[in-house]
Amino acid sequence: MARPGVFAFGSPTGAKIRFMSEVSKKRRALLAGMAGGLGAMGAGNSRPLAPDDPTKLQGPPPTEVGERSPFETPRRTVMKNEPSSSSRTPLQDLTGIITPADLHFERHHAGVPRIDPERYSLLIHGLVERPTIFTLADLKRFPSVSRLLFLECSGNGGEALRDPKADLTPQEIDGLTSVSEWTGVPLALLFREVGALPEARWFLAEGADAAVMTRSIPMGKAWDDAMIAYAQNGEALRPETGYPARLLLPGWEGNANVKWIRRLDLAERPFFTREETAKYSDPLPGGRTRMFSFEMDAKSIITFPAYPAKLASRGFWEITGIAWSGRGRIARVELSVDGGRTWSDAELQEPVLPKCHTRFRKLWSWQGEPAILVSRATDETGYTQPTREDFVAVRGVETRYHFNHLRAWKVSPDGSVEFALV
Amino acid sequence: MCRALAFLLLACACSEAPASSPEAGRLAEPRSEPSSESVDLHGEWRRWADTPRLRERALASLESLPRFGFGRKATAEEIARIDIDVMPDGTGLPEGRGTVERGRALYKNQCVQCHGADGRGADYDALAGAGAYTVGNYWPYATTLYDYIYRAMPQAVPGSLPPDDVYSLTAFVLHLNELLPAEGTLDRDSLPKVEMPGRDGFVYDDRAGGSELK
Repeated sequence: MARPGVFAFGSPTGAKIRFMSEVSKKRRALLAGMAGGLGAMGAGNSRPLAPDDPTKLQGPPPTEVGERSPFETPRRTVMKNEPSSSSRTPLQDLTGIITPADLHFERHHAGVPRIDPERYSLLIHGLVERPTIFTLADLKRFPSVSRLLFLECSGNGGEALRDPKADLTPQEIDGLTSVSEWTGVPLALLFREVGALPEARWFLAEGADAAVMTRSIPMGKAWDDAMIAYAQNGEALRPETGYPARLLLPGWEGNANVKWIRRLDLAERPFFTREETAKYSDPLPGGRTRMFSFEMDAKSIITFPAYPAKLASRGFWEITGIAWSGRGRIARVELSVDGGRTWSDAELQEPVLPKCHTRFRKLWSWQGEPAILVSRATDETGYTQPTREDFVAVRGVETRYHFNHLRAWKVSPDGSVEFALV
Repeated sequence: MCRALAFLLLACACSEAPASSPEAGRLAEPRSEPSSESVDLHGEWRRWADTPRLRERALASLESLPRFGFGRKATAEEIARIDIDVMPDGTGLPEGRGTVERGRALYKNQCVQCHGADGRGADYDALAGAGAYTVGNYWPYATTLYDYIYRAMPQAVPGSLPPDDVYSLTAFVLHLNELLPAEGTLDRDSLPKVEMPGRDGFVYDDRAGGSELK
């Protein structure tokens, strides 16, 4: 066992115990020598130091909280509007389907509130037999469920439609989607607990941020698969994802998944709040505007090769990306290397979960030819991701949310990759 | 217990039970799609039509669980303290009264920096004018203005305005959109009666997956 300031090496006799200071001195000397070596290798940059031979140096002891390798620096991109209200997940830096919680995208309407979990409460009232206040401890005492789900802002991908540029990254195009394992209490259980009346058709979900964010949600979603989530990827929610508790509506647009949830008001009719009328409504051709467009349509994006990555040489490369649908599972992802003239199926990495990102991949032998890579997702309802042309024909160019048309990447003979549309 | 919860929450995660998955149900059941009708407060919508079936299914799946009795009864006072929502029919609107004239002065002090002179927009949204998505050409209900200003505005001191001020600001913004005369007043009775030009443009979501692109 380590004592403060001391750590022990794994000698059977326990005899070889050195003090931290001695080790630190030795490490400092080694690192100093190494710095010279790195200088010769091309210096002036801020590249972290590393020994020439890591087998010749004891590593640091365990720590209470881990951190990433100093060589890995994935970052959310914070949008530049003032004050900034969103940040995006670095899709091109991630593998598999899980988004590290500290890289989960953000979209706030009045910043991130600080809420003391001991003073937190959730009020459920309106068309219920027993208006009830739940503390966080109450919520955690109910039987819990955990589920891997994507959460996507319905504004995700707007630039790909309106302002497509060659130097957009996957993060800049579609970084407003992330996947977490969410844990919480089923909303149906809470609604049964308070005696939700059959005439309740909608409920208002209200947050405790300075926007006091509100959305009207159909009761059917509560009876189906909604939950009040208090944990993400094995630990408490992050402040920016709704600490200490949030509404979670699997497969539905992010905004409706109200964070910092403080109140649920059951009613017969929708409330027609600002966020479901002036915002988060979709103008269509012909002057109509679609409202309560909760479900996220099937979508996919190749995350490699993608700008700014460059293919270093000819030969085998794995094309990979993510696909998802708010209506269930991804049934199929097709890939094209010729801009959509011919297609073949990508492999889907298990697990293929409903309302969750699915990782797809395909091995590609590139011989230096110009190529246009496209992915096309189909979900289990039979819905297929549309071309930009088909999308615009149905939604118009003025549409404000739900941008799920095909994304493409143009590969040049020098291996450089640029964003494109097909 | 676990079985009941597993059924409820993972019904859609379970391909072996397509009959119970909402996606499958949606595909199997032909529905009348009110795609072209505008939003009607008293109208039906497919998600409302689904509710009794989904409720019944959920309650049946939870049948084996006890009623837990966690949480405590909320008193009328506790509810009133945070129940600030306002509906299009005026439900939730408090006592109070505002005027366009008073709203003009309040707007100058509290709102002009972000929303610009005459509500034409500055750092934040335009509230009036020819631009897209303004109160006058887009918002379907005037009550939403009251609800939003009361809960979230002004940005520097959110939720700080008393009802009379909120009625006045609502009146002034409606006036900027030529929906209320310069001498206009507003209260809980008159606000829900303001007819909004954008009202009839809204339709419910009619997307339902499948092969049809909408």
